[in-house]
Amino acid sequence: MRYIDEFQDPELARRLLDDIHATVTRPWALMEVCGGQTHTIIRHGIDQLLPERVELIHGPGCPVCVTPLEVIDKALEIASRPNVIFCSFGDMLRVPGTGRDLFQVRSEGGDVRVVYSPLDALRIARQNPARQVVFFGIGFETTAPPNAMTVYQAKKLGIANFSLLVSHVRVPPAIEAIMRSPSCRVQGFLAAGHVCSVMGTGEYPGLAERHRVPIVVTGFEPLDILEGVRRAVHQLERGEHTVDNAYARAVRPEGNPAALAMLEDVFEVTDRAWRGIGIIPDSGWRLSARYREFDAEHRFSVTGIQTREPAECRSGEVLQGLLKPHECEAFGTLCTPRNPLGATMVSSEGACAAYYLYRRLELTPAPQAGTAAPLEASPVV
Amino acid sequence: MSDTALDVTGWTCPAPLRDRPRVVMGHGGGGALSAELVEHLFAPAFGGEVLAGLGDSAAVTLGGARLAFSTDSYVVRPLFFPGGSIGDLAVNGTVNDLAMSGARAAYLSCGFILEEGVEMSVVARVAEALGAAARAAGVEVATGDTKVVEAGHGDGVYINTSGIGLIPEGVDLRAQRVVPGDVVIVSGEIGLHGVAIMSVREGLEFGVDVESDCAALGGLVQAMLAVTPDLHVLRDPTRGGLAASLNEIAAASGTGVVIQEGRVPVPEAVANACAILGLDPLYVANEGKLVAFVPREHADAVLDAMRAHPLGRRARVIGEAVDAHPGLVVARTGLGGTRVVDLPIGEQLPRIC
Repeated sequence: MRYIDEFQDPELARRLLDDIHATVTRPWALMEVCGGQTHTIIRHGIDQLLPERVELIHGPGCPVCVTPLEVIDKALEIASRPNVIFCSFGDMLRVPGTGRDLFQVRSEGGDVRVVYSPLDALRIARQNPARQVVFFGIGFETTAPPNAMTVYQAKKLGIANFSLLVSHVRVPPAIEAIMRSPSCRVQGFLAAGHVCSVMGTGEYPGLAERHRVPIVVTGFEPLDILEGVRRAVHQLERGEHTVDNAYARAVRPEGNPAALAMLEDVFEVTDRAWRGIGIIPDSGWRLSARYREFDAEHRFSVTGIQTREPAECRSGEVLQGLLKPHECEAFGTLCTPRNPLGATMVSSEGACAAYYLYRRLELTPAPQAGTAAPLEASPVV
Repeated sequence: MSDTALDVTGWTCPAPLRDRPRVVMGHGGGGALSAELVEHLFAPAFGGEVLAGLGDSAAVTLGGARLAFSTDSYVVRPLFFPGGSIGDLAVNGTVNDLAMSGARAAYLSCGFILEEGVEMSVVARVAEALGAAARAAGVEVATGDTKVVEAGHGDGVYINTSGIGLIPEGVDLRAQRVVPGDVVIVSGEIGLHGVAIMSVREGLEFGVDVESDCAALGGLVQAMLAVTPDLHVLRDPTRGGLAASLNEIAAASGTGVVIQEGRVPVPEAVANACAILGLDPLYVANEGKLVAFVPREHADAVLDAMRAHPLGRRARVIGEAVDAHPGLVVARTGLGGTRVVDLPIGEQLPRIC
């Protein structure tokens, strides 16, 4: 299959793995920033195939996971109002706020709709002029441009009953914050390819230089990840720390000028709280003054939100790469995808969910009677 | 309120759904929430040994005859979709549930719930599709019912069908019969129905037309049973997809299941659609496929018989039952790693990016 199979070829993967195994002479800790990359790593078992001395630390790049509880509670509050149609990407519906989630709001009569594009929300606003339509605008540099575009369109078309609940975050300030942390163990980064396809690579050389870490721009298929790891390990073994683009099929150094122009027009940089981490300076976007009328927080008075994080949840440490999901006492017991304590367990890109879904076998010792059966030896396989 | 003191000692908690005081869509998604609803609320309320089997259909003995008995309701939107309609589904879904007991469906009941205002021509098209599907499946609609709900209280047409059929002598299909060493066979390419519905419901296009695989599987099952009545279990992986069916079988049989991910037949268009939406084809619904656990010694012959049938041409062995990790389904990935294939929680949710 074009564009998918090519990047999952077992033979090519074996060659990349051989190269990595042959290159590594001592332990290295790499952080993959994006939750999509975490998902690929765990789903395909890449971490099981790498040398033990290459540790992959999972970064804060799951947009659902890092959205602050306060913002989710605001979403729940707005979505509960009778005249509101609340639109969101699907995976936000299951993220717990304080005591409930958007699915629950829907079951209580709230008009919560899953959409596949923010422009769908705008269409719903045009079809329902007597009601307020709110789109939940979360995510990194990847989802921010289409959301900016939607607000731009709403203003241009004079659609007054549309607004955006904004909680957009930016990756480079998060990398900066992680590297400044005294407990940081990260020695190299696999930067998120889709973020760079929008923003270009201009923000990274300063980070690589300042913290003396290699940053390899990396895609999302298994071979992309292995190539990213291979290049990062080669740099580390040689004592280098440059920015290397291993995702050239999608990323140009200058990024996507049209998307950047849209971001520049509609948003402005602001300090932003990250769930489990805290406030990171200049790490987010909010609507600029020209578009303030489309800001759902301004349109709906949602003050006085009292959040309550589960005390047992250590997702903040997971998001900072300080703790592996299964090292949390609540993992798999108090906290499962069925009853998640934190967003890292509920989001499909969350590191805890990935470990629970795909790694439970190794993390909960199975009876030794027989090993995983040798399918290849089967007469009919 | 009555003054009579209530005796609470015999109570079981009807709904220990701690975090779900109301029904959410996931309760109908065929995953963990659905199972919880049935096991903790419906089954304790209804009682009964037959229901406790919790198969796609119930096997009951009546007047000396072994009957398969099943019911299902159809609330699909839109009513007509590429490859079928709610009428086809209402027949094939129930016929297939009976077929998974090894029974050839004989009679169906058909209950229509119509929404006030729906066009009569739409009802007629659905009814004609239902009749045609019944004739094709060799089953007779023997009884029915019609109700109309007020405008705004339905999606045009809902259908419930129930069916009965005879289970042949010597056939005993139950997950509990699965033993380590059984071979897992899937009858063809997965994910077509779910993606076809998504493509029309959400206005998504994936570059290639995807048609639902909606079909009645009774003939295919009879062809398999003609090779040997000693099949261990059959499931049609509808809601929750192949992952849900394999998990149900693993849980009920107490065996582990290992599948080779690369051997599961996934059409290119389904794989592309799932890649775009961040869904896993293993969890996407099918309406004309089955998964079989077959004793190893019969596997080649059963596979040959399936491939000789039009609905089993692409049948493949995808894995086997093992004694390791009882109750868990594990996939070997294309790269050589392993992962757990879990029971879905509710519905699959498209990823944000």
